[in-house]
Amino acid sequence: MTPIAEFRIPYTRYLDAHGHLACPPPDFQLDALLPVYRAMVLTRTFDAKAVALQRTGQLRTYPSSLGQEAVTVGLASVMRADDVLLPTYRETGAMLWRGVSMTEMLLYWSGDERGSDFAGPREDFPIAVPIASQCGHAVGVGFAFQYRHQPRVAVVTLGDGATSKGDFYEAMNTAGAWRLPVVFVVTNNQWAISVPSRRQTAAATFAQKAIAAGIPGEQCDGNDALAVRDCIGRAIERARAGDGPSLVECVSYRLSDHTTADDARRYRPQEEVSAAWALEPLARLRHYLVDQRVWSKQDEEALLSDVQARVADAAARYLATPVQPLSSLFDYLYADIPADLAIQRQQLLTERGQA
Amino acid sequence: MNTLTLLDAITTALAWELAHDPNVVLFGEDIGKNGGVFRATLGLQERFGEHRVLDTPLAETQIAGMAIGMAAQGLRPVCEIQFAGFMYSTFDHLINHAARLRHRTRGRLSCPMVLRTPVGGGIHAPEHHGESPEAWLAHTPGLKVVSPSSPARAYGLLLAAIRDPDPVIFLEPTRLYRLLKEPVEDNGVALPLGAAFVLREGSDVTLVSWGPSVLETLQAADRLAEQGVSAEVIDVASLKPLDMPTILASVAKTGRCVIVHEAARQCGVGAEIAANLAGDGLMSLLAPVERVTGFDTPMPLARLEEEYLPSVARILAAVERVRAY
Repeated sequence: MTPIAEFRIPYTRYLDAHGHLACPPPDFQLDALLPVYRAMVLTRTFDAKAVALQRTGQLRTYPSSLGQEAVTVGLASVMRADDVLLPTYRETGAMLWRGVSMTEMLLYWSGDERGSDFAGPREDFPIAVPIASQCGHAVGVGFAFQYRHQPRVAVVTLGDGATSKGDFYEAMNTAGAWRLPVVFVVTNNQWAISVPSRRQTAAATFAQKAIAAGIPGEQCDGNDALAVRDCIGRAIERARAGDGPSLVECVSYRLSDHTTADDARRYRPQEEVSAAWALEPLARLRHYLVDQRVWSKQDEEALLSDVQARVADAAARYLATPVQPLSSLFDYLYADIPADLAIQRQQLLTERGQA
Repeated sequence: MNTLTLLDAITTALAWELAHDPNVVLFGEDIGKNGGVFRATLGLQERFGEHRVLDTPLAETQIAGMAIGMAAQGLRPVCEIQFAGFMYSTFDHLINHAARLRHRTRGRLSCPMVLRTPVGGGIHAPEHHGESPEAWLAHTPGLKVVSPSSPARAYGLLLAAIRDPDPVIFLEPTRLYRLLKEPVEDNGVALPLGAAFVLREGSDVTLVSWGPSVLETLQAADRLAEQGVSAEVIDVASLKPLDMPTILASVAKTGRCVIVHEAARQCGVGAEIAANLAGDGLMSLLAPVERVTGFDTPMPLARLEEEYLPSVARILAAVERVRAY
């Protein structure tokens, strides 16, 4: 018996848990890491504020992305502005980097559709709440780019749990068959609500799920911003060059509850979470930048003060935003409101004295 | 003017849009070289190229999903699901995404896609090949649902569906694909969506139907005419939005209404029409509204299929009851 095909899954990590170089990094500008670090700190500060707003009854259910900042900011930082992001609900860092405002994010999680009417990245998809469905949409976006001969890439994110769904396989398979410019980013944060990744699949990695689709699959340390940027950046540029889709698994850890409506203490030991804190991405990158003498304590203090002010300002703007008019229940469903729906609209407005 | 079957009319409309709008892209299972299992896309790949008419991997969920991504990018995707019984796995995309993309982004993105699929029984096909999923779709805010019943309406409504700025589900009555022929002018003129068609004027009873059952409904009207009973026949055509004013105006004239549809009865579109008649047309009604429908059972396999479909005899019996009331 001889092997008919063989596969390997590369793993990339440049920074170890202490921010020391585990191996020589790829060519990059050190300066390019500073905005990435700043955005990661902003994301974490925003995240804490959102949770605090929820805990004080000023925001609805919110999914924290605590601990995943290197993935979310890292992936967005290697996209071009005219690429399209199709995010799941734990990609705050990516969305903020792409130009979604913090006020819009808060509006969305307060239960206001205007939060998905991004003033910034107008072609990015709104947050996908149903699991893995965004993978199919990304294939369509990638198709449109290929069809129009545009050098653009669709980047879709999903979690480890979403890899169990057929949508994910169907999308990867089609993107592979048609060599579409799509990058699938799996954030393996170890927990799909209460189910650990080892109960999600018998596969040794999530990256190897690419093999069956015939596309490259790689794994990286998702808490190492350098590795995330390197792996996803290469995948994006392959796609842009016409070399087809890729899958990148970013191994991270969800340091938070699934959402503010969840209590992770019910299903995972505190020791595991404590151990994961030792691997978290912000301190790691900060240590590296300090070692490289491009970041200082003063820089850090100035940054914290700046992001706290910006987050506070965004929260104030959100809290000052009045609820949408009642007619908005009806006004955006169709390009032209059908007559029967217009009657329902009129009835509601009349009943509420707003006709 | 060519005499076309309903199937020819669909192919002709697709060709018109492919020729006139570079954003129109057709895709589905076996629609390319094979021209679709019913040949609705026959010759289109050859004529317009593999980049405009694509065979997809065999994955219905993905077909619907990619249509949404393409539509959000400004293309006009027209996808085919080979049989309606295989479209249930697309519902996550249709309901959670296609139907509300415009709404949930406050108009920033939209989803001008068409999903075509053959519906209904009567061709003695295997299990799951004779479904009528219209009510689930018509229940979904944000979708439009259309079902033609003649070649000319198939042509005009499909043009309208492809040009519509919102997602349209286009349900093609399998049984009628090759049964009817009529002259259809290939002039690119669309028919309105959201409008019912009065196929025959009458004064004694209103027969309301759509899709495949329009055939038996018209045959019943012929029989009634022989008996001196004047039946008005309405093809609803658009199940969402529903043109109730046309139906109400007819019932205001006739006082009696029989609704005929092939899909199962409970929570069917017929129930919605009957409820609207009760709500807005009660004083016009001289008799209870009757429904002649498929039964609340799965579509039977081929040997008992005919028993399920609304027959001329069942329609005539219902008319007899409303006239005798």
